[in-house]
Amino acid sequence: MKQRDIKRLSLILLFAPFALWILLLIVLPHLGMFYISLREKVAPRTYEFGLENYINFFAEPIYWNTLIRTGSMSLLVTVLALLLGFPIAYYIAKIAGHRSRGALFLMCLIPLWVSDLIRAFGWILLLRETGIISSSLQWAGLVSTPVEFLYNDATVIMGLVYTVILFMIVPLVSTLDGMDDAMVEAGYNLGGNGPTVLRRIIIPYAMPGIVSGCIVVFMLTAGSYLTPILLGGKNSSWFTEQIYDQFITRYNWESGAAFGFLLLAFTSLVVWGGLKLSGQTLNSTVARS
Amino acid sequence: MQAHTENDLECIRIQKHFGSVRAVDDVSFEIPKGSFFSILGPSGCGKTTLMRMIAGFEQPSSGDIRIKGKSVIGTPPNRRNVKMVFQHLALFPMMNVYENIAYGLRCAGASKEVIRSKVHDVLERISLPDVANREISQLSGGQKQRIAIARCMVLDPDVLLLDEPLGALDLKLREAMKIELKLLQHQFDTTFVYITHDQSEALVMSDNVAIMNQGKFVQIGTPQELYHNPSAAFVAGFVGDTNRWAGRVTRVEGNTVEVETEAGLAMRGSIRGAGAPGVGDKVSAFVRPEFITAAKAGISAGQTGSGQNVIDGRVDSILFNGANSRVLVRDRAGELIEADVVLTGGPQDLKPRDDVTLSWSPEQTMSFKA
Repeated sequence: MKQRDIKRLSLILLFAPFALWILLLIVLPHLGMFYISLREKVAPRTYEFGLENYINFFAEPIYWNTLIRTGSMSLLVTVLALLLGFPIAYYIAKIAGHRSRGALFLMCLIPLWVSDLIRAFGWILLLRETGIISSSLQWAGLVSTPVEFLYNDATVIMGLVYTVILFMIVPLVSTLDGMDDAMVEAGYNLGGNGPTVLRRIIIPYAMPGIVSGCIVVFMLTAGSYLTPILLGGKNSSWFTEQIYDQFITRYNWESGAAFGFLLLAFTSLVVWGGLKLSGQTLNSTVARS
Repeated sequence: MQAHTENDLECIRIQKHFGSVRAVDDVSFEIPKGSFFSILGPSGCGKTTLMRMIAGFEQPSSGDIRIKGKSVIGTPPNRRNVKMVFQHLALFPMMNVYENIAYGLRCAGASKEVIRSKVHDVLERISLPDVANREISQLSGGQKQRIAIARCMVLDPDVLLLDEPLGALDLKLREAMKIELKLLQHQFDTTFVYITHDQSEALVMSDNVAIMNQGKFVQIGTPQELYHNPSAAFVAGFVGDTNRWAGRVTRVEGNTVEVETEAGLAMRGSIRGAGAPGVGDKVSAFVRPEFITAAKAGISAGQTGSGQNVIDGRVDSILFNGANSRVLVRDRAGELIEADVVLTGGPQDLKPRDDVTLSWSPEQTMSFKA
């Protein structure tokens, strides 16, 4: 009897940090936010319950345009991160030797040791009008006047891909690592050429890793704030910026909370659609890798 | 030219070096159409490298590989009509059985109807007609094995390579699959090249066996030849169970030698293999347990023919294994000798600590110059 009690206690103790974290930092604030998002300000310090904040969002095109834009650019970043990350992951998992694998992984990790902010300023240092790239182009005589590389969509996307690619590489490496080399050889042996083996064997095998990587990257990108603001400036029109504005600049918590929930709903919807399209489930992907 | 087309597979002086290591060293052989050929060797002898070269995953450093008389050096693996059953089968887990078998046909650009009829046909032939829609994880070990073979055979290959495919199975299933593989080979009438380190697999299934050691072929022959007429000490020791003595020649008489073993036993043996040993040369002598007769001391005296090797000893232990039972006999010098015995369960059976006389003919004492 006592043995069982101890077992139970240790289970509870093990579970407690997770439960507290979820409850106090995720569930409670969200419930609070949800409550706030349903309040309508009718006069100073008087509120009514209603969906006014959500209706406002759909009534004002600039709001939902920003959300659509954020979503589509995040998808583009996800696709680019996948296209760039897959060969890197394949190289680390399948081609590199055992010893260089650790070093390569470490090299992918190193950028994470520097804070987001510093990395973004690094990009600014390179790309601004008086930055290194612009001045070396002038020095080489390729351009005659300084060129501004910052504050456009391409730069924002590049910066985001750079920030999130590691989260694509890690799950891909772990799934590809589990693939028996003989599987690829069997693919060739049975008559498949390179593209066939990639399309029919390697990619289907890596699908769980691809999907979980894509989910993480998409979520991180759509919710990112620093990189789009610093590299895209005022033009970036990132949805998180709208939320920030509502909360901080306009001190309109009600509307900001509603926007927050809309972002959550929108990204969840995209992820759900992606899972349906690829025929995967959360259990077979994120939970596995 | 005529001779070439008779053979499905021919290897001519194949070499493969990895740095200074010679994984495969000057190997030549030819396999006639429709036969079951095994390459038997201890692990690390280069047999897998040889197979990978035939499949096209490795390029030989020198030499030529010909399939149906045509050199395939420089032909990528997907263009060779050589299919391979991998050690761990390498079935595609994300496809079901039907898709696994259809994969090769799809790569070859077959039409949907052709694929369907061929897949069902091959499943019929391996007597698994109802598994087409199963997932790979739902199959048993033996079924996976057969699907892996079917996946290759549906493409009608010139040669099927099998890389120790029975290694992962449990003993009982392994015994059953040995027979099944042989039957499948007959049924498909395709050349099988089978790689293994398990001599019983090689002996049971093959028409011809090549014994490989340290990158070289030591002997090629039928299982019977290898067993009864090994050409080298390595083959005698590797194929089948055997008693082995190291000793020195004390007398040479035609094809017979008298040998004194290191422990001091004297026996007569027949010279085998290359190189005739002279007096004083070191030799290795091999006698298979089934050629040694063990009889209780006293009874046997009159029965042993003249010229036999006779040794007295005492039964150390009985290894009962039904029809394959053995006795371990400790001779005067303290060595253990294995001999096959028939144990009937009656009172005349040998028991531990019985005094016995062992006898065997010099003809069965295979002596190789060391």
